[in-house]
Amino acid sequence: MSFNLDLAVSAMPLLLMGALVTVKITALSVGLGVVIGLFVGIARICNVRILRILSAVYVDFLRGTPLLVQIFLIYFAVPVITGIRMDPFVAAITSCSINSGAYVAEIFRAGIQSIDEGQMEAGRSLGLTWKQTMCYIIIPQAFKRVIPPLGNEFIALLKDSSLVSVIGFEELTRRGQLIIARTYGSLEIWTCVAIIYLIMTLTISRLVAYLERRNAKGGAR
Amino acid sequence: MITLKNLHKSFGDITVLNGIDLEVAEKEVVVIIGPSGSGKSTLLRCINHLEQPTEGTVEVDGILLDSEANINAVRAEVGMVFQRFNLFPHMTVLDNITLAPMKVRGVSKEEAEKTANELLKRVGLGDRGGAYPSQLSGGQQQRVAIARALAMHPKIMLFDEPTSALDPEMVKEVLNVMKKLAEEGMTMVVVTHEMGFAREVGDRVLFVDDGRILVEGTPEEIFDNPKEERLKSFLSEVL
Ligand SMILES: Nc1ncnc2c1ncn2[C@@H]1O[C@H](COP(=O)(O)OP(=O)(O)O)[C@@H](O)[C@H]1O
Ligand SMILES: [Mg+2]
Repeated sequence: MSFNLDLAVSAMPLLLMGALVTVKITALSVGLGVVIGLFVGIARICNVRILRILSAVYVDFLRGTPLLVQIFLIYFAVPVITGIRMDPFVAAITSCSINSGAYVAEIFRAGIQSIDEGQMEAGRSLGLTWKQTMCYIIIPQAFKRVIPPLGNEFIALLKDSSLVSVIGFEELTRRGQLIIARTYGSLEIWTCVAIIYLIMTLTISRLVAYLERRNAKGGAR
Repeated sequence: MITLKNLHKSFGDITVLNGIDLEVAEKEVVVIIGPSGSGKSTLLRCINHLEQPTEGTVEVDGILLDSEANINAVRAEVGMVFQRFNLFPHMTVLDNITLAPMKVRGVSKEEAEKTANELLKRVGLGDRGGAYPSQLSGGQQQRVAIARALAMHPKIMLFDEPTSALDPEMVKEVLNVMKKLAEEGMTMVVVTHEMGFAREVGDRVLFVDDGRILVEGTPEEIFDNPKEERLKSFLSEVL
């Protein structure tokens, strides 16, 4: 058995289109995940007990169950309750961003808690409210510290997004499967798919490293 | 100006303040001394409710600290300077100073910056508004912290060992700013180990030990003629 280079090359355009879809759902999910994660992360440490409990349940549930099962729950189980058929794209984005939100929440919580307590005290002693101190003082500092773990989360989700192929959503992995079904070129196609994933994840980690360096130069702490 | 009545504070099983009664008059400079761990910081932090007393009441400028709104109102009137400066490292010196006046008082940016620049001049840092805290020495950072607190036009200033984290050569520049402030009539409560400052600037000195005000008196009474054994042994250690 030899590697059929022609097959690999001819599959590239379709695979790259799939890769674009992968990037899109990952970016969208992490974007939504950051919004969810910011609120949930803050809720985890706020002084309202019920919010703390709810956010902890959210984080525990989503981190404690497989993403694959979460995708099935949203794609197959939610329609049973609501009676509305789920679009694979909506299901993919929803499950990935809800899942990502839980991880991002923990990243933000840790980031916020890593900021010296004296910062909150200084803010409060000036008459700023808890919310204002969070907004203007704590979160901007925490943001800088969470860039590396957020980058890791982006990479993790980019890889995990291959799971949404199971509901027929045509991202990179699904594209590969479809091409193989047509051409039987398992070796070529899976190799190409792996390389494309690798290029994407390496690009992201480089980008994060660059952001980190630029931040470090920015003077502040 | 400040009235503390029967203040108690415990952290779990540990009792830190054990019945503090204190009145501070307008324009008075009260210096708190005492061994480490005796509750000086906690006492100071109860005044603006950074620590919630377990028992007792705090009244500042006629406002009883019993509700969130009152606490925020008092905090806006009471400046606090910390041992470790606690400047906001992601903001320039100018932004450090203008933030609270703009967000709490609704002062315009131009006006806040004008005040900030005047204050920076007052603390001898007129040209450092654009710097980040990490680019300043400890003494400069602490002076910025003082300017930041003053920008709220506080009626009272609280200082918690403002020079303890400083290299010896920088202590003086900070103490001088505080001295000037006292001369201008600011009401001040200062926790410090700088006995020279206490003697020179203090109107009244409190010796705190074990969560109580053990001795209080004029600097002369405390330093020249101490009678209490604990105070004597404390002074012999620090002087
Ligand atoms: N947040 C806290 N939790 C538990 N114990 C505390 C806390 N803050 C202070 N303490 C304890 O209270 C005592 C007095 O502290 P503090 O007021 O900082 O003393 P001082 O400023 O006189 O050195 C110390 O034994 C300290 O360990
Ligand atoms: Mg202390």
